[in-house]
Amino acid sequence: MDEGARDAGARDAGARGEGLWLHAVTRAGGPDRPGGLTGVGGAAVRTVEAAGLAAVVSPVDLGRFDEDALRRNLEDLAWLEEVARSHHAVVAALGAAGTVVPARLATVYHDAAGVRSMLAERRTDLDATLSRLTGRTEWGVKMFSTPASAPAPAPATGRPGTEYLRRRRAQLSADDEWQQRAAEGAEEIHSALEARAEAARRHPPQDRRLTGRPEPMVLNAAYLVDERGSAGFTEAVAAHAGRHAELDVELTGPWPPYSFTAAGDEPAAGDEPAAGEEPRARGEP
Amino acid sequence: MSQLSYGNSRAVATTGHEPANLGDILERVLDRGIVIVGDIRVSLLDIELLTLKLRLVVASVDTAREMGIDWWEHDPWLSSQAREALPAPRKGEALPADAPAEPLPAPRKARHG
Repeated sequence: MDEGARDAGARDAGARGEGLWLHAVTRAGGPDRPGGLTGVGGAAVRTVEAAGLAAVVSPVDLGRFDEDALRRNLEDLAWLEEVARSHHAVVAALGAAGTVVPARLATVYHDAAGVRSMLAERRTDLDATLSRLTGRTEWGVKMFSTPASAPAPAPATGRPGTEYLRRRRAQLSADDEWQQRAAEGAEEIHSALEARAEAARRHPPQDRRLTGRPEPMVLNAAYLVDERGSAGFTEAVAAHAGRHAELDVELTGPWPPYSFTAAGDEPAAGDEPAAGEEPRARGEP
Repeated sequence: MSQLSYGNSRAVATTGHEPANLGDILERVLDRGIVIVGDIRVSLLDIELLTLKLRLVVASVDTAREMGIDWWEHDPWLSSQAREALPAPRKGEALPADAPAEPLPAPRKARHG
């Protein structure tokens, strides 16, 4: 735990009660926000405005959402799922109505004053991020390698041991070749989709236990696409998928632009963007 | 959020409007989204949460590293050593078919400075 965390802990000890969970930041006075949204604590979502920005927050009980409680609760997958889904539902509803900068899970403030000072401090980069994301949406594309087809049987030699070894070698080499094709096909599709997108980000492939699929995931990417180009983008995904028998292509979205909130300048996180995580934005100043 | 699948195993694209799956949501809300320092710093830097994420996302730390999945080492939010140069990931490699299904060993704490 760093200095700041200790300070926050010390303040927190004397100030239990209600905190504010940050869902997302939008522009103040933007399009009408959808009504009736409830946040992670089950209470109505509201906004805190400053510096021309609006933080969309929901009140939470600090008994359940202070540092210790969060640390414990985040370990509980059922709790995490509920909170993640509630947080996402708010972000998605806001994103459907206008431009949002989604906040990471578990960004909590003691009060509205804390939220306002954050908005003032981060004004420049939040404003730039909102501008960059306006009129754009995120699509997720995951690619899985399909099972390799069995190689053609070799002519019989009358020697079962030799035949077995030959078949085994043929199968292994066919598998390798198939995997290689899947990897190359995924790169090819990714390049084509990236060319249609404003920005693209590759994420680590997900484990089988997370995907629930037996096939390995070979590519996990997100694309920031102009809303007017979304139909063309999804059609392109389908068209490319149809040309690659070695791949199963899964398209998800539209998502709020979770994967494109960082332009490579996150003051809270360090001076430099993380290697391999830099968004490849085109047409940016 | 809708989900569409295309592939040779389904000659015709199947369309469905299912709720977004939990893995996709967790991946986004835990690893993406803007990093803003709140008053309450749960700090997902916390080793336990990191363990949870690894449990969810990768088969094992070593398997992941072999596969070039080492994003948590690059994520400045998760690792104080994020800016250290690391070998480039090897692309296109798949999980071994017999990836272990048992719980993970704890990730090395040394990464967290």
